[in-house]
Amino acid sequence: MKLTMASSPHNHSHKSLNKLMLTVILACIPGLIAQLVFFGTGVLIQLILALLTVSVAEAAIMRIRKRPALTALSDGSAWLTAVLLALSIPPLAPWWIIVIGCLFAIIIVKQLYGGLGFNLFNPAMAAYVLLLISFPVQMTAWLPTADLLAKPISFTQQLSVIFNGYTTAGFSVDQLRVGIDGMTMATPLDTVKTDVAHGLTITESMQSPLFNQWLGKGWGWVNLGFLLGGLYLIKTNVINWHIPVSFIATLAICSGIGYLVAPGTEPGVVFHLFSGATMLGAFFIATDPVSAATTNRGRLVYGALIGLLIYLIRTFGGFPDAVAFSVLLLNMAVPLIDYYTQPRTYGHGMKK
Amino acid sequence: MTLFYALLALGSLALIFGLILGFAAVRFRVQGSPIVEQIDTILPQTQCGQCGYPGCRPYAEAIANGDEINKCPPGGEATVKKLADLMGVEAKPLAGGEQADPVKTVAYIREDECIGCTKCIQACPVDAIVGATRQMHTVLIDECTGCDLCVEPCPVDCIDMLPVETTKQTWKWQLDAIPVTQID
Amino acid sequence: MEKLIQQIKQGKVWPFPGGIHPPGQKALSNTQAISRLPLPDKLIVPLKQHIGANGQLIVEKGQSVLKGQALTKPVANWSVPVHAPTSGVIADICQMPSAHPSALPELSIIITPDGQDTWCELNPIADPSNLTHQELIDIIHNSGIAGMGGAGFPTYIKADSRKPIEFFIVNAVECEPYITADDVLMREHADQIVKGIELMQQLLSPTLTIIGIEDNKPEAIASMKHAAQHNAKIIVQTVPTVYPSGGEKQLIQLLTDKEVPSGGIPADIGVLVQNVGTLFAIEQAVTQGKPLIERVITVTGNTIHNAGNVWALLGTEIKHLLDCQGFSPVPQQRVLMGGPMMGFTLPTVRIGVVKTTNCILAPDHNELAEPGPEQACIRCSACADACPASLLPQQLQWFAKSKEYDKLKEYNLFDCIECGACAYVCPSEIPLVQYYRVAKVEIKEQQAEQVKAERAKERFELRKERLEREQEARQNRHKRKPAAKSADEKQKVADALARVKKSDDKADSKSAVAAAIARAKAKKQTGELEPDNSEVAQERAARKEQARAYKAQKEAEKNSTTQETGDKKSAVAAAIARAKAKKAAQANNSDTADAPVDDKKAAVAAAIARAKAKKAAQADNSETADAPVDDKKAAVAAAIARAKAKKAAKQTDTAQSDELTTDDESSQVQEPSPQTADDKKKAAVAAAIARAKAKKSAKETETAQSDEVTTDDESSQAQEPAPQTADDKKKAAVAAAIARAKAKKAAKETETPQSVEVITDDESSQVQEPSSQTADDKKKAAVAAAIARAKAKKRQQEGSDKS
Repeated sequence: MKLTMASSPHNHSHKSLNKLMLTVILACIPGLIAQLVFFGTGVLIQLILALLTVSVAEAAIMRIRKRPALTALSDGSAWLTAVLLALSIPPLAPWWIIVIGCLFAIIIVKQLYGGLGFNLFNPAMAAYVLLLISFPVQMTAWLPTADLLAKPISFTQQLSVIFNGYTTAGFSVDQLRVGIDGMTMATPLDTVKTDVAHGLTITESMQSPLFNQWLGKGWGWVNLGFLLGGLYLIKTNVINWHIPVSFIATLAICSGIGYLVAPGTEPGVVFHLFSGATMLGAFFIATDPVSAATTNRGRLVYGALIGLLIYLIRTFGGFPDAVAFSVLLLNMAVPLIDYYTQPRTYGHGMKK
Repeated sequence: MTLFYALLALGSLALIFGLILGFAAVRFRVQGSPIVEQIDTILPQTQCGQCGYPGCRPYAEAIANGDEINKCPPGGEATVKKLADLMGVEAKPLAGGEQADPVKTVAYIREDECIGCTKCIQACPVDAIVGATRQMHTVLIDECTGCDLCVEPCPVDCIDMLPVETTKQTWKWQLDAIPVTQID
Repeated sequence: MEKLIQQIKQGKVWPFPGGIHPPGQKALSNTQAISRLPLPDKLIVPLKQHIGANGQLIVEKGQSVLKGQALTKPVANWSVPVHAPTSGVIADICQMPSAHPSALPELSIIITPDGQDTWCELNPIADPSNLTHQELIDIIHNSGIAGMGGAGFPTYIKADSRKPIEFFIVNAVECEPYITADDVLMREHADQIVKGIELMQQLLSPTLTIIGIEDNKPEAIASMKHAAQHNAKIIVQTVPTVYPSGGEKQLIQLLTDKEVPSGGIPADIGVLVQNVGTLFAIEQAVTQGKPLIERVITVTGNTIHNAGNVWALLGTEIKHLLDCQGFSPVPQQRVLMGGPMMGFTLPTVRIGVVKTTNCILAPDHNELAEPGPEQACIRCSACADACPASLLPQQLQWFAKSKEYDKLKEYNLFDCIECGACAYVCPSEIPLVQYYRVAKVEIKEQQAEQVKAERAKERFELRKERLEREQEARQNRHKRKPAAKSADEKQKVADALARVKKSDDKADSKSAVAAAIARAKAKKQTGELEPDNSEVAQERAARKEQARAYKAQKEAEKNSTTQETGDKKSAVAAAIARAKAKKAAQANNSDTADAPVDDKKAAVAAAIARAKAKKAAQADNSETADAPVDDKKAAVAAAIARAKAKKAAKQTDTAQSDELTTDDESSQVQEPSPQTADDKKKAAVAAAIARAKAKKSAKETETAQSDEVTTDDESSQAQEPAPQTADDKKKAAVAAAIARAKAKKAAKETETPQSVEVITDDESSQVQEPSSQTADDKKKAAVAAAIARAKAKKRQQEGSDKS
């Protein structure tokens, strides 16, 4: 029997790339369930579409690059991108929205930069931003929670909306969004922003049926779901605590200060933390290892700056939510952050 | 009149910027070592003359004056690449189809065959061969650059160019290259 | 300081960053006592089992050695001897695969045990406290002890630390999975280890000795605590089980909160670390007198039936260890020397164990999975989190892949201890450590190459300078001398001579010829002097020139033998040339003889010749009242000059070998050849006279001369004045006599050897040429010249005989 040569270490932690990716996907389930419950089953259709698109795109690109397609797919990174993008877009967005998004994410943002590990930007968020600025109408067409819908829709009707633009009964998404009171429903963040711009106070704005006391109906639960998944990821050592903690802490501090300064026009800490994509961003998007900072101190800076940017854009910018923009902006700053936050190597510049 | 003002404004602007640029050029002058020096440090200093110049420095000067950068076989592809970076030109394969990654060699004199003609001593560009007339010569391995200029002049062909032996210090962890045996 | 010691005594430890928790697997091998193996039938003892230089071999093939007998003796720095692990015969001393990841062959002594296991004479010391520092160091040194934890650093160097040691740390951590050699050694030999610690305390007198043991070895902790309880300066510190807390730097940080500066050694911060195995070896060496010939080795892994620890003689083949413990290999079996984290695979089991071998691990594929394919790095930084040196393994990996060596250095690659924690946690299964190791070797190689290139450049430039200097020196020498100064000067000389010798109108044309010749010569000289760009090329040219001269000479030789008497003169000239060339060739083997040297001498000779000529002319004037006296004198002078030249040539060791010059000469000699047939008779008469004279002079001097060349020369010269008239004979005789006298005088006067090749010949030709203008004058001159030449030769031979 022949001896085998190998390089040390000869042992391994048995952590593997695809286990890591699958764990993250798994951790999305609570948030996904919350979305299903409150915003309908459309998200499942989007998810399936996304998974199919990324698989085809990834395999095709790997084929063109003359590399084994199956190994690339099996690492799970493309699927994670698909899941994140599907969770980010409105459930009833037309089918071509998610397809375009996925193709862009995989082909342009990930593979053209060199594939896994080489992309500068978070593929899901880059795709989201592309979609948002290219198709603002479709990308902001969030339905209110199911119980507020004037015309509750079934799964087949959602399918029809996604692929035809109309329900079987002929209603468009915009028509579906009209609430019981005849008003077009928007997301809580959007509503608050618009109301404040129109001179209403937060308390007045919160009177809208979209809200449940001081939280957007459904949105709070979705965020809670992602928080739960995120804590699981920290627990299993898949992600470090640094980015989510500094992200959330900064957002909390900023919104807290804002609330103290202008209680009338500021929705407060809890609203910021549990609205929009805060928790998804904090635990699933900003922590994407490829495009995030890699040193521990750098991660703290990175998370904090994302939190700050989200608050600033939400409060003063033109868009209701800002997770995607903030993450992309900070992606660009990562090399700089990494360079200036290198840890002190053993035996260098010691304390005296 | 407007034309005059325009000219005046533009002229004075040009003057001001010119002054600023001039000042900056003087004030922030970068003292870089001359290009020949930089090229010379990249060259492997084997002084073998395979480039067609009598030594590395003359070749460095030639490169600075626009000669090709791919004439240095002992430096291999690595040197060509570095020169390409420095000179801002395209790296090209070595002239004459030389090996991209040359094997480093040292001269070895088969001493019982040496007749002591001193011809190799005269040929050695770095004085790495010691010996005297009618005495056996030998190569200072540490000083030998492997240029093989001594091989041709030897009247009895007693000089071999041997590849540099790998030691534990210079072994590059080529685990695949180790011959493995059966468990017996 | 006090506070620090206080904290240490309270049991405080300072965790280092990173670290991992691989499965320990220690229970496989630490449950039983250390066993002793049967004597193997072959031992392979490499000369070098440590960091440093080989010892010098002091045994030879076929010699019988006793157990514990030194096989090498330390010579250079850091060299440590090796000893015979058992008694037996040295079967061979040859290159064997080494216990190194590369398995590169290494000089090893192969011993065939005789089975007696007879110890050599041992020198145990009952009370080591009486030993001086140096005696103790010498014992440690001569016992061949080198660090047994893995690095193999010569212990005597460490023990002889010049720097004050504050903390002496005993490394009993053994953080590598599987390995339990130190663990069981502590359980069984705690007293001896503590004794070893005390010996080190005696050598180093540290403030505090800290034994660091991981908390997964409670039995070892207990036995060590028990053994050390009498010594208040020894603290047994329990440290948490984290890999790699057994790394020297990590253990120092863990136990003292200090960091070894990058590129430094622990002694720089007053800390010294020794492995427990080493301390046991020290104790054995001092109190038992036993050199280091065996050690505890863990033989473990799932393919080993009876995993455990064994006392193995150094040099025992791995195969013997495996076989004794029962080994059933699996396909693609890996056999590791060392643990799973830092050990290396062996390409053969026919390798002997060495001082640093602490474990032989033969795992199956379940416990230690084969590495999977390398995947893309996702920058998850799990590696950075695991790195005990706070490096950024992920960045290092990118730079190593792209060979950005400067960046690697900037990111402190050389602070990597290659513990493998980063590769262990990497989800993409990137063999990070392998990248770093290769990069490290490449960087070191590059640095060495840079140093070498720098030196080569320096040497090349120095050589160039030297050659330039030599060239310049030669040129300077040449410049100083008048003859070589310029063609103008020569021309002047020639002109002046011509003027003096000749009153005739024809003189002008002759002098013009002479001038032309002189110019040509000057040109030749300056041509040779022209500095060549390539020294090598010049040398090559010189060699070629030599070869050509030799060839031409041979040719001339051939010609001279076949030619008719009508060509006699040219034959003579050839002979002369041959003689000269031979002489020159003999005189110098090194071809240092260059134009300038000859030129100088020639110039000197010319000057002297000129002076002589003048003097001779004067003397003649006073003695004879002949009309053509001037011509005669000139001829005489020329003859003298030529004779001198020859003499000088023979005498001087310096090389000349100017074939061209010789050719010139011969052509000159040939010049006056136009003879008429009826003159032959007269010529014969003259020749006879000359010969007679020569004979007479030969007798007079009692020296044997009469060499072929001379005679030929003489006769030919004698023939020259063929168109002689009888009445002129008298005059010629007179002239000859005078010439003889002059030559003698001149020869006496000039004691310094001179070689007059170029100029003299030149001159003489010039002198001779005008002589052919009037037939009778020429005759006389020729005769005189011939006689003079004969005399000169004789003299010359005398001179050379004397010398």
